[in-house]
This record gives sequence, structure tokens and C-alpha cells, in this order.
Amino acid sequence: MGQTVFEPWNDPDAKPLIQFKGVTKRFGDFTAIDNQTFDIYEREFFALLGPSGCGKTTMMRMLAGFEAPTEGTILLGGQDIAPIPPNKRAVNMMFQSYALFPHLSVWDNIAFGLKRDRMSKDAIAARVEEMLKLTRLTQFARRKPHQISGGQRQRVALARSLAKAPKLLLLDEPLGALDAKLRQATQFELMDIQEKTGTTFVIVTHDQEEAMTVASRVAVMDNGRIVQADTPARIYENPTTTYVADFIGDVTIVTGRATRSGEGYEVRYAEGAAPIYSAFDIDLAEGDTCHIALRPEKVAISAERPEGRRNAVQGKIIDIAYLGNLSTYHVEIAGGRMVKAQTANTRRLSRRDFTWEDTVWLSWTDTAAVLLRE
Amino acid sequence: MRRLALIALPYAWLLALFLVPFGIVLKISLSDIALAIPPYTPTLDFSGGWAGLKSFVSQLDFENFVFLTTDDLYWKAYLSSLQIAVIATFLTLLVGYPIAYGMANAPDHWRATLMMLVILPFWTSFLIRVYSWMGILSTEGYLNQLLLWAGLISEPLTILNTPVAVYIGIVYTYLPFMILPIYSALERMDGSLLEAAEDLGCSRLTAFWLVTVPLSKNGIVAGCFLVFIPTIGEFVIPSLLGGSQTLMIGKVLWEEFFNNRDWPVASAVAVVLLLILIVPIILFQRNQQKQQEAEG
Repeated sequence: MGQTVFEPWNDPDAKPLIQFKGVTKRFGDFTAIDNQTFDIYEREFFALLGPSGCGKTTMMRMLAGFEAPTEGTILLGGQDIAPIPPNKRAVNMMFQSYALFPHLSVWDNIAFGLKRDRMSKDAIAARVEEMLKLTRLTQFARRKPHQISGGQRQRVALARSLAKAPKLLLLDEPLGALDAKLRQATQFELMDIQEKTGTTFVIVTHDQEEAMTVASRVAVMDNGRIVQADTPARIYENPTTTYVADFIGDVTIVTGRATRSGEGYEVRYAEGAAPIYSAFDIDLAEGDTCHIALRPEKVAISAERPEGRRNAVQGKIIDIAYLGNLSTYHVEIAGGRMVKAQTANTRRLSRRDFTWEDTVWLSWTDTAAVLLRE
Repeated sequence: MRRLALIALPYAWLLALFLVPFGIVLKISLSDIALAIPPYTPTLDFSGGWAGLKSFVSQLDFENFVFLTTDDLYWKAYLSSLQIAVIATFLTLLVGYPIAYGMANAPDHWRATLMMLVILPFWTSFLIRVYSWMGILSTEGYLNQLLLWAGLISEPLTILNTPVAVYIGIVYTYLPFMILPIYSALERMDGSLLEAAEDLGCSRLTAFWLVTVPLSKNGIVAGCFLVFIPTIGEFVIPSLLGGSQTLMIGKVLWEEFFNNRDWPVASAVAVVLLLILIVPIILFQRNQQKQQEAEG
């Protein structure tokens, strides 16, 4: 306890490191970035998340200086960076392909940027050693990039981009080329290094798990717009649109009409079926169309109708996805709708309670379902 | 067994088309000039049996090689060929690199066309192309007419029959051999490397020197050897464009064979030329091998 929570975006006095002000980027007729305004704060680990072609890479390349915004301004530390060429910006980038210089050793790759700054030989050597130690590469210093493994190359790229101690480090799909196990380990390493160096990181990724793991805030992008930028927990628990809810994690979305009921709303989704109740905080008019987003792990599955639950529907198991630690049941409810329910496999598989074609009851708490307008 | 047969084929090719002819040339270089057909002695005659063969071998000597060292024409011709080849290779690099660079950075849909244009001259006879340069470079040639018309000069320039014409001819002829390997090296280069260099504080120009040039080194080396090796022995270009002023070993060789009809000395010149060329050829092969290893 006693540790203050790192949430500069909630502090009205905090000065953002980067400010996008009405930034639009067009390539010919194609609008890659559509009038975006948002801030990134110092020491943040900010993730730009979205499917390919959503504009996240363009956003990053504008920060690096490889693209100029068509409209609007980008401020870095309060200064417009449009006139500053990439080689003069206190911003470094780690490339998706790593872009390591194949003719230079690991040591020389890391020293490359430092040499451009006309630092003394000793200062360069000291800084390179420090970077090698930080990324645990000391023993590979003399090797060429093609003589080391993919994971090591990734660390060389990171060390090289951090060597100049940039105010802002951009990471373009930094872990895309690594296999799943190595990727997980590297994610924690990245967070560790970010914390140690105190550098502001902006990461571009299409992997929602990666974004959720490393980032202090995640910006979910779609078609050149940031749909929602918030902490991983809020993105997951309080998505503002069905796009975000659907993009992050697994979800069942049911569309219906809302009517006010006490603290929350009752949503009618099918003729003759009991309405779903949600105490979610949202402003809806009587009879508005709305969407219910229901996370599978919040839906309980049982043979008998559970006592004291307002939300309980009966259905038939159509499919079971066995994931080892979890099982996801696809249950068909009234009107042919599919609802996903997840249970932890705390018992051995042979003792599983439910199987295909079983009629079961699904239930969830009053606060489990999220109501969304769009 | 099958592997042996597979290897045997290229070796048989090499034996028939390189080693046997070379053996014949070497043998002639060890012979003496004679007024006969063929114009040297001894000739190999198996009818004499073992004794005939022995006397044949005893008649061979290194006289002609010793002769090459006594007349300064020969070593001057070798040196001048080397000098011309080195300078011409450098000039070809200066002209070829920017062209290769431009091709590699051209839009994708242009590259095939540009490549065609580089290869196109090969579709015309080499000899005709060199002849046409005579028409361009002569005192009344197109170049002088153009320069006079443009008012840049008042007197026609003498270009034909000077070393300048030889350099122009060599650069023109061997340019594709320089462009293609450099282009292939540049084309394979990952564009994000230059962005990375810029991101790390390089200007465009330093990025070019520190990244593009080192990464196209193998292409440069290959191109230089492909120009340098044939240029040393070049005969057509100096004899057509260089006039009597240009001394090159290929020309000396030709004159020994056809004007002097001294086949033994001419063969000795050819053997020495080959020995000189072996060094760059081995270096070239090693460069190719290193490149393959780096890629593999």
C-alpha cells in the first residue's frame, strides 16, 4: 500500500508528452487517420491495437517522422514536430523486421546511433555495454545478426533503439516474429525494461493479449479512428462499443430493446423469452435498440435452474471447445441464439458434468452483462 | 556411382574446352618458330614411337618466355593493359552505380523495362556497336557536330584514336556487367534499414555511405571483376578506337599471331596473360563464395 497509482490521464494537471491535435493523414483518396485528438503521457506504455489496415502503423510512422500529417499537429513535449526530420527527433523506433544492419556486429549495431551523436569513444563503449547488459546480450556482442537467434535479434533491435535514451520509443509489432512461449517471456522483459529506463513506449500490435499484458493504456483502433483508449481492465470490462467488446477477448452479443427497470434495464431479445436484466450504468430511452455484451466466463452453467438469479435461461449444448484449463460451451437459447459459457476444468475430463445435446441452465449476475448503444 | 557420373560431366567439359586447348597453346609457346604449316616446330608425331616422343620433348624450351623479358614492348603492354583496365573499371563503376541505384529505387512496374534497356545492346553485334562509336567519335562525327552546333567548341575535338576513346568504348561495352550485379545487390536490400539508419540520426547521405554502400559491396566487387578481367585482354576496342597510341596486350597478341606469324611468342604472351588473370579470377570466385555463404 501507499504506492500511488500511475494514472496521469486522470490527472488534469499532468502534462502530456505527446499530443495529437486533429491529426488526419490521407494517402490519395484513402484516409488512413481520421481527425484524431488524444494524449500520451510520460512513462506510459501505450498500445495501439487494431486489425491490419486500421491506421496504427501510420500513426507510429508519423511519430517517427517517416510520414507527415495531412492536417493537424503532433506535439512532443509541447513542441510541434512536423518540421523536425526523423534523424533529429528524440524518438527512436524498433522496426517490425528489426532492420538490424547485417554487415555490422551486435556491438556496432547498438553503437550506430551513438556514433552519429559524436560522443567520445569511451562514452559510446560504456553506453553499449550498459545496453548489452540490460538486454542480456554481452556474450553475443561480436556476432553478426545472422549468427544469433530470433529472440536475440529482437533484443538487439530493442537495445539499439534504446541506446540513444529517446524520450519516446516506438515499437512496431515488436514480438510478431517470435513463437508463443518466447513472446510471453519477452512481454514481461519489455515491461521490465520500460520500467527500468522510464522511457515512454508506444507499441503497435494486432495481438490483443500482448496489448493487454504490456500496456498501461490500450487504444483500440478501427478504420483510422481510435474507438476507445483506456486501461486494459476498463477496455475489457467496460467497452464502449460492440466493436471493442468483440475485438478484445471472447464475447456473446445479443441485440434487443431496452426498458427501464429499477436501477438498470430489461432487454427483450426474442418473442416469448424472459428479458435479460442488466444494472449497467448507461442512458437509454424507453424502447431503444441496444446490445448486450456477455463475457463467457461470467456465465455459469448448471443442470437445475439456479436459485435467486434474475438472469437464467434454458438452452441446449451444441458445441464444446475444450481448451485444457477451460471449456467453452456453445449453448443455443430461445430464438436460435448462441450464448457462450465458460467453466474452469477443475476436475478431470472424464468427470465432466455436461455433454453435447444436454439441456442446461445458463445464469449470470445482474452486473455481468454490459449494455452498448452501438 | 551416380554422383561420380554427375561430377564427371562438368569435368569432361572443362577438360575438352579449356584444359586441352590450353595444353596446345602451352605446347606451342614452348616450341620454335618455323617456316612451315603450322608455323612452328616440333610437331607431335606418334609414328616415331618412344624415341620420337623423347626427341619431341627435348626440343621444347622456355626460350619464348625469356624473349618476352628482353623486349620491353611486352611488359610495357602488360602494364599499360593493367592500368587501362583499372582506370576503365573505376570509370564503369562511377557510371554504373548510379544507374543500378536508380533502377533499384524505380517503381516496381518500371524495373522490368529498365532491365530490358540495359540488356538490349547485347542483341546487336559487339563489333558493329564498336564500329558505330567510330562514327560518333571521329573528327567529323556526330559528337563533334553536336558540340559545334551547340557552340560549346569552335574546333572539332580529336577523340578517336586516343586513350579517351578506348575508355569510352570499354565503359560503354562493359556497363551492363557492372550494373546487373550491383542492381541485384541493391534490389535485395531491405528498405527499412535506411529508415532505421535515419531514425538513429543519419542524414540521407550518411545512411547511403554507412548502409547502402557496404550492403552492395559484394555487387560492386563482382561487377568490378566482371569488367576488369575481360578488359585486360581486350583487343577489339583498342584496335578500333585507340589507334596506334594505345598499347594493350591483346593487340600485341593479335599482331604477333597475324602480322608476325610468330605463333610461339604469341602463345607465350597468351600464357603469361592467363597467369596474370588467374589472381583476379580466384579473388572473384572467393567473393562469390563468401556471398553465397552469407546468404545461406
